[in-house]
Amino acid sequence: MSVESTHVAMTLNDHLPILQVLVPLATAPLIVLIGSRRLTWSLAFIASALSFVIAILLLMQVIDGSVISYQIGGWAPPLGIEYRVDATNAFVLFLVTGISTLVLPYARESVKSEIPARHHTLFYAAFMLCLTGLLGVAITGDAFNVFVFLEISSLATYVLIAQGSYRDKRALTAAYDYLIMGTIGATFFVIGLGMLYMATGTLNMADLADRIADQGANRTVRAAFAFIVVGMGLKIAIYPLHLWLPRAYTFAPSAVTVFLAATATKVAIYVLLRFTFSIFQPAFMFEVNTLEFIILPFAILAMFAASFIAIFQSDFKRMLAYSSIAQIGYMLLGISLLTDTGLTAAIAHLFNHGITKATLFMGVGILVLRSGGSFYNRIQGMGKTMPWTSAAIVIGGLSLIGVPGTAGFISKWVLVEATIEKGWWPISILIVLSSLLAVIYVWRVIEVLYLKAPLAGTNYKEAPLTMLIPMWILALACIYFGFATDVTLTASRAAAQGLLAGSAGMM
Amino acid sequence: MRHHLILRVITKLLVGAIMLFAFYVQFHGDFSPGGGFQAGVIMAVAFILYGLVFSLHDVQQVFPPWLVHKLIALGVLLYAGTGVVSMFLGYGFLDYGAFTPDHPAHGQHYGIFAVELGVGITVTAVMVAIYYAFASRPPRLSDEEW
Repeated sequence: MSVESTHVAMTLNDHLPILQVLVPLATAPLIVLIGSRRLTWSLAFIASALSFVIAILLLMQVIDGSVISYQIGGWAPPLGIEYRVDATNAFVLFLVTGISTLVLPYARESVKSEIPARHHTLFYAAFMLCLTGLLGVAITGDAFNVFVFLEISSLATYVLIAQGSYRDKRALTAAYDYLIMGTIGATFFVIGLGMLYMATGTLNMADLADRIADQGANRTVRAAFAFIVVGMGLKIAIYPLHLWLPRAYTFAPSAVTVFLAATATKVAIYVLLRFTFSIFQPAFMFEVNTLEFIILPFAILAMFAASFIAIFQSDFKRMLAYSSIAQIGYMLLGISLLTDTGLTAAIAHLFNHGITKATLFMGVGILVLRSGGSFYNRIQGMGKTMPWTSAAIVIGGLSLIGVPGTAGFISKWVLVEATIEKGWWPISILIVLSSLLAVIYVWRVIEVLYLKAPLAGTNYKEAPLTMLIPMWILALACIYFGFATDVTLTASRAAAQGLLAGSAGMM
Repeated sequence: MRHHLILRVITKLLVGAIMLFAFYVQFHGDFSPGGGFQAGVIMAVAFILYGLVFSLHDVQQVFPPWLVHKLIALGVLLYAGTGVVSMFLGYGFLDYGAFTPDHPAHGQHYGIFAVELGVGITVTAVMVAIYYAFASRPPRLSDEEW
């Protein structure tokens, strides 16, 4: 065997794609094995921070449009599993690791008050597994591997949501609902993959794209596309498939809600993007029809129906959960336009909404920590006793509406621009109208926080700094990305162009 | 009280044989059907059978729940650790060729051996943990707890 003599030792830099997943993956069992309550948080935080550094290094390498490929076990791509990093998923990796690194310092106090100490090691282990799964879904270039990592993150998520049962027993049924819906989604997804495998004989994404392009669409491929869209739709919480989301977000522990709201659905949207644009050709007629006549109406329906429901909520956390469904509508709208600008808007909104919702859910978590509940009559008047927390909530709320000068404005602006560019101006009007609904539900919160008298006999202290600092970093990011638009828009545009280039972008 | 004398004696005889068979399936897996998953389940059967015939208390003295939880994690670490070792040897993650650069086929052999051992340990522990979880289920929630 002469291969060995020519073997060039790989460097740390070559290993970055696998380390991205391996660091949190190995930390989870390590936390359980060490089993020390004092060390567990530090281990999780170090792992998350390391992943964040790796994600930044990867993003810097691919921002110019190049692609990094890593083969697992030394088996070359179409047969072996390949990790493939390009501008699109490097951006998602950056968002996921960044949020988890901010959520962990925040989680320390919040978890202490919401979950009994004996479960802390397992909680952080599950958190690490969830992070592993999300990163794995984003980084892998193998379609079946997506399913495997999706299951890792979903199973960990069910456990994390169920941890809310120490505060409210309904977390158990919420987790169970999500388990059923999530499993159906994953099953549909894997059925779709099975059909693709049957039609093409490969599972590597780039290879799949080539073969579908070569042989053209047939009934199996179309059915596969439908199964994958519905399966992922359940994970994304596309409007009629969203039923698990409000309960899961409402009853999960505060820190978990922050993490899930900002990352889990975003990663699912990334998978949808990957499949609709990289694997299937955007020119594929069936796909254009699906996006225009099914996803687009549901996206608009979500923008209005979910916003309406959000207006009538009396629980702050639940209101935000419904607003998430509405915001997912904007992202799907951007995707279904099938244009460069539309995709840019969707990807930018994915990021901007991630940081906006993380700010808001962190704010709710702090209110829950002090007052013990998130109902409006419970948190009323807290704007006076907890000025810093409430101010951050206001910034998050403004970004959620899309007020100029905040991150939310930028992505909505680009989205409106995209609809006008396409000549669909009635949709542009609908976007503005649905934003007005957001004004109403955000105003209700501001009214409750600032204009109502605090409950008699309550005098809440301001939140601990470990929670305030991560929240303010995100709140300031909402403003920063509202002005420094070229950062997000350049990355989003690079990602959108890469995706629209179809399989050429993958090769 | 000594009920089920025959069952007890047979179980005591069988447990050892089941474990031996588990090891056979584990370590002979590359020549005959088998491997970590199957071996892990068979190994767990030995403990579960012991628990069914004797009692949960008895089996938990042999294989305490804390150890079960540690072993779940240990198996995963062993698997991932194999990959890390191959990375330190200058090859890709889980590239078993790294272990014997002169003869990659042998390296594949050692690599799969270590990885399957990890799988076996985790599967055994997970199966036993599931059995413990069901067998030691606390009574139903009372109304006050809701």
